[in-house]
Amino acid sequence: MNDMNHDSYVTPDGRTIGPVMMEVQNITLRFGGVVAIKDISFDIREGEIRAIIGPNGAGKSSMLNVINGFYHPQEGGIYFRGEKRGPMKPYQIAQQGIARTFQNIALFKGMSTLDNIMTGRFTHMKAPVWKQALWHGEAEREEIENREVVEKIIDFLEIQAIRKTPVGRLPYGLQKRVELGRALAAEPKLLLLDEPMAGMNVEEKEDMSRFILDVNDEFGTTIALIEHDMGVVMDISDRVVVLDYGRKIGDGTPAEVIANPEVIDAYLGVSHD
Amino acid sequence: MLYREAGDYKTSYTDDAQTFPIKLDRWWYYAVVFVAFCIVPFVLTDYTVNAIMLPFLIFAIAALGLNILTGYCGQVSLGTGGFMAVGAYATYKLMTAFPDLNIFFIVILSGLITAIVGVLFGLPSLRIKGFYLAVATLAAQFFLVWLFNKVPWFYNNSASGQISAPERTIFGQAVTGPNAEPWVAYLFCLIFVFTLAWLTRNLTRGRIGRSWMAIRDMDIAAEIIGVNPLRTKLSAFAVSSFFIGISGSLFFAVYLGAAEVGEAFGIQKSFLVLFMVIIGGLGSIFGAFAGAAFMVLLPVFLKIFFVDTLGWPTDIAAHINFLIAGGLIVFFLIVEPHGLAALWRTVKEKLRLWPFPH
Repeated sequence: MNDMNHDSYVTPDGRTIGPVMMEVQNITLRFGGVVAIKDISFDIREGEIRAIIGPNGAGKSSMLNVINGFYHPQEGGIYFRGEKRGPMKPYQIAQQGIARTFQNIALFKGMSTLDNIMTGRFTHMKAPVWKQALWHGEAEREEIENREVVEKIIDFLEIQAIRKTPVGRLPYGLQKRVELGRALAAEPKLLLLDEPMAGMNVEEKEDMSRFILDVNDEFGTTIALIEHDMGVVMDISDRVVVLDYGRKIGDGTPAEVIANPEVIDAYLGVSHD
Repeated sequence: MLYREAGDYKTSYTDDAQTFPIKLDRWWYYAVVFVAFCIVPFVLTDYTVNAIMLPFLIFAIAALGLNILTGYCGQVSLGTGGFMAVGAYATYKLMTAFPDLNIFFIVILSGLITAIVGVLFGLPSLRIKGFYLAVATLAAQFFLVWLFNKVPWFYNNSASGQISAPERTIFGQAVTGPNAEPWVAYLFCLIFVFTLAWLTRNLTRGRIGRSWMAIRDMDIAAEIIGVNPLRTKLSAFAVSSFFIGISGSLFFAVYLGAAEVGEAFGIQKSFLVLFMVIIGGLGSIFGAFAGAAFMVLLPVFLKIFFVDTLGWPTDIAAHINFLIAGGLIVFFLIVEPHGLAALWRTVKEKLRLWPFPH
């Protein structure tokens, strides 16, 4: 097991999956008497698309919140690039290079698309406040440089036309896309997507799947995503973790997972005859 | 027909990020600045300065400050009067302790002292939000007023408990004290207003401004992007209090000349500035000016109309003032909850298409 962690391998469709980037070890998370996550371990490898699936209430979002630092698990630990992570605040974890989107859109409603994505560049901007106040030298240069990066993301996501529109006025599908753009702007090493396709029609789902694959392909970003649409999950993910009632019931390639009887039971129900 | 961006192409991100992207706006802005600096000082009378210009400029600074905190960062504050008092008393102590220090630096130092006090009272903002934070800042308001009343050191043990500004000059012209010329006082305040408005614009369009708005709009998403909530909120408190301290300093030293803390910096000042920000428009620099103008000018116009034109007795006119001002505030908030700035924006968007709306 251990030497496998440092190996790379090539997937059937020709992409290289690297060594383990993040290892989640024996996480248990309780809210009072309710056990949301029970002794779950899995890993995420460099460059892969890792799906986390499971029925409602399985603990998927809680898992992302643990990785993010919103929840602090009672037991277990998280290793990022081989180092055990101490107790950290969400903004410190963001500075390590982990970005995410939310299940319910969490955009900055009062700001334009451009400003939302520019805010995603926060950790890449360093000019001191007094220089920003004078809009002088370093601050202005930094603003322009980051604007160029943001414009590339806007081009990539094909949202040029809504650059200056307040995001509150955008339709749902575009808001999801802007949120992805904001997360991408941080140039994350690991990108967490919480139901990126929830509530979308087939066409929007196709667009979003394409963007996710392109992000992974062009920027080499490692992606962990929660999704309910099994078709999409089977198509785009390299490996899948299945959770049910806070336990892990399956882990492997999409084909392996879908053949797992326990997974079939969790999704389709068990016959009691 | 003139007012539109068609044909006004931007070829660099610097051009695109400028404050007034539309040409007519830019000219309009230059014209206003020119008139304010080069023409108004020559036509001022004692009355216009003391009744209109000084209160407008000084409250515009306070409204800018509160707008940074409430409009941009989303932290409601009812402590504005208290923080203005800190600026005023800091100015008084500095003026009397260092008679040779230039009044310009005294005003800025007073702002810095207020910023420190503001950060202290901003500390609870990490834990409490919304109405509860408003109540916590209300505590700041009452505590500060009580403190300046209670401790004689702040008013140099004067028998009346008042503070009064001695005469200070810049380039040989008296800025404070009874001999100050109206145009000098006006220009002195105008320079602060102009500079602080420019600083506000730069701060709010840059990294720190975006982090303030991120905290305001969705604090969880802001954290996930790497924004440290405590530091961001405290920076908003610091910058906001700096502005409010400067306005309190000017209010006392240049406008009032002498002040008693409960009367000059009571809770009604906090509400006055909050109304300015709400009526003008939260999160808008133009709104801060529009709100300050509205709240300062409305009573003056109403008084001119009722007392000077219709010849009503002053006390009845004063009461009617309250009624009309209150009614207008409610009316504006119903018609446009986002304030005069949003109204202005709508007018501009209409103008862009005028006279061919289709």
